[in-house]
Amino acid sequence: MTSRSYDVVIVGSGAGGGTVAQGLVPLAQAGRRVLVLEQGPRFADDEFTGRELEMAGALYHDGGGFLSADGTMTLAFAHGYGGSTIVYTGTSLTAPERVIARWAVPGLDHADLLRRSQRYLGENNVHRLPAEELNDNNRLFETGARAAGYAVEQFPVNVRGCRGSSLCNLGCPNQAKMGTNRAQLPTAERGGVEVVTRAEVVRIAADRTLTVRVRERPAGAKGLPSEWQPGDYQVETKIVVCAGGALGTPPLLLRSALPIARALGQGFTCHPALILVGEHATPITNDVGHPKSFFVDRAAEEGFVLETCMYFPFTTAKALTGFGAGHSAIMGAFPRLQQILVLSVDHARDGNRIEIDRAGQPVVQYRYSAEAVAGLVRGNRAAARIFFGAGAVRVHAPFADPPLIDARDAGRLDALIDERHWKPGKQAISSAHLMGGCRMGASAADSVTDAWGRVHGIPWLFVADASLFPDALEINPYVTIMALADRVAEGVRRDFAGLVD
Amino acid sequence: MLASVRSIVRAIGITVVPEATRLDDAEWSAIEETVAAALASRPAALQRQFLLFLRLVEWLPALRYGRRFTRLDPPRRAQFLTGLQDAPLLLVRRGMWGLRTLFLMGYYGRPAAAREIGYRADPRGWDARRAGA
Repeated sequence: MTSRSYDVVIVGSGAGGGTVAQGLVPLAQAGRRVLVLEQGPRFADDEFTGRELEMAGALYHDGGGFLSADGTMTLAFAHGYGGSTIVYTGTSLTAPERVIARWAVPGLDHADLLRRSQRYLGENNVHRLPAEELNDNNRLFETGARAAGYAVEQFPVNVRGCRGSSLCNLGCPNQAKMGTNRAQLPTAERGGVEVVTRAEVVRIAADRTLTVRVRERPAGAKGLPSEWQPGDYQVETKIVVCAGGALGTPPLLLRSALPIARALGQGFTCHPALILVGEHATPITNDVGHPKSFFVDRAAEEGFVLETCMYFPFTTAKALTGFGAGHSAIMGAFPRLQQILVLSVDHARDGNRIEIDRAGQPVVQYRYSAEAVAGLVRGNRAAARIFFGAGAVRVHAPFADPPLIDARDAGRLDALIDERHWKPGKQAISSAHLMGGCRMGASAADSVTDAWGRVHGIPWLFVADASLFPDALEINPYVTIMALADRVAEGVRRDFAGLVD
Repeated sequence: MLASVRSIVRAIGITVVPEATRLDDAEWSAIEETVAAALASRPAALQRQFLLFLRLVEWLPALRYGRRFTRLDPPRRAQFLTGLQDAPLLLVRRGMWGLRTLFLMGYYGRPAAAREIGYRADPRGWDARRAGA
């Protein structure tokens, strides 16, 4: 087994790891050795083809088919240089003040997160797209939301040179999205930080040694070979920053058998989501243009958020309830379809947690709360109102049975869309906002880390990803992950001398 | 992997997507390859469960209709699968969801299916659309 030695090792290169990597450039420039280990590969620009199955298989864990333990929810997260920032849509919202107040983490305040977030909004070229770049799918959402009486807002997005491929969730084929793969990681590498891809951290030992497995590039697979020779490595370090995401960091720490608080893995939460489809009488522009330009935020009042979206043929087919002629008729109307994503708020609760199986791989124990289901039902009704407000002739709502609702029944939505139709395992529920498992808090009695991401009782071990969230964020999380990771980088820089010597 | 259950997979497939009756052998093979590849990346236990569920789908209708699934007419096939989709047992609903998802992946994952439904996304985005692509 080959041995290597570094001062700081960062595990993961997404919103958290990429931010910490850039934040530690001053250490690298001072001659300290900083390493990023990323489980997935580094992709060449021309490998982003936009082909659905091909890209999903290359980018997402289990090809996008990772399921909760009871098989009723699909959890989407990516591997690769840039982590899940490769596959998000770049929607850039800052944490709501009420959410950070509810988190009640001693030493963490909203003003500090906002200040750090704003720095990254600037760095990532976050702005609102001009009206002429919006497609009908988005414009109809705005029109319908206003007609239905909802306050609708435009998403700021982090794109530069967006051509409107609509393929964000399959990795931008035009390199327009300012994920960490485009912004922070290249800066870090230019500043002397080393990034090694296809490198899975198997475990972390109490003597600060990491067991790392570098995998060979499979024949015919996308992505470049690793920067290191395939094989097993022992990497000695002084400081470890875990930033593998909510389904990466808790499993790694559980495998590592370190003396970590019992809260490890507990408090997993997400924003359970489903897709509604509205059919219009005439074709609209939907599969061209940025897919996600508007949202309606009813999280505080009704427990849901609605976002514009436009998915690909298989993802859309999977999202529709049922099968047969009715299902095919909707799919055959693709050029006339409008789509809305409903995200439900589900607060962290006991029992929803991340475990590992005998192979050390993540297992997500998750039960839908009454609150989450109620949010989905209300979100279904609101989305249907928006579709009909925009002129749709019929709507496919997973919480209706049968799911197709004609415009003539638009006045009966509260009766037709109802919780009695909820059957886990029948409706296609998914989530890409995975949170918790290493929650911040006051002490090991109630949490895994402090407000600076430092693991209680292990001063050399940090966490810098969404697993830090003590509860649901209620909005798209990447900016908040970056702000928290920025605090972690600051803490490491501040305490570096004491931890190394 | 699917050779022993090919007739069951195809009978389920044309119930889930009726347009699949128009597929030729090469197109069916492409779908089956996609499904087999997706299964191959999953644990062996899950692959066994999938094959077992397929056989249950084939034989359970004999209790209700006196015929195997592959010998049922299309309305009864649809009725039977709807029953699985709405079954009281989560395990049964999950199995149906998995079957349906795998077939939809195979069918709608094909570029030909995307063209047929009018999906036209192009990496060149607005430029391609304005050029009539």
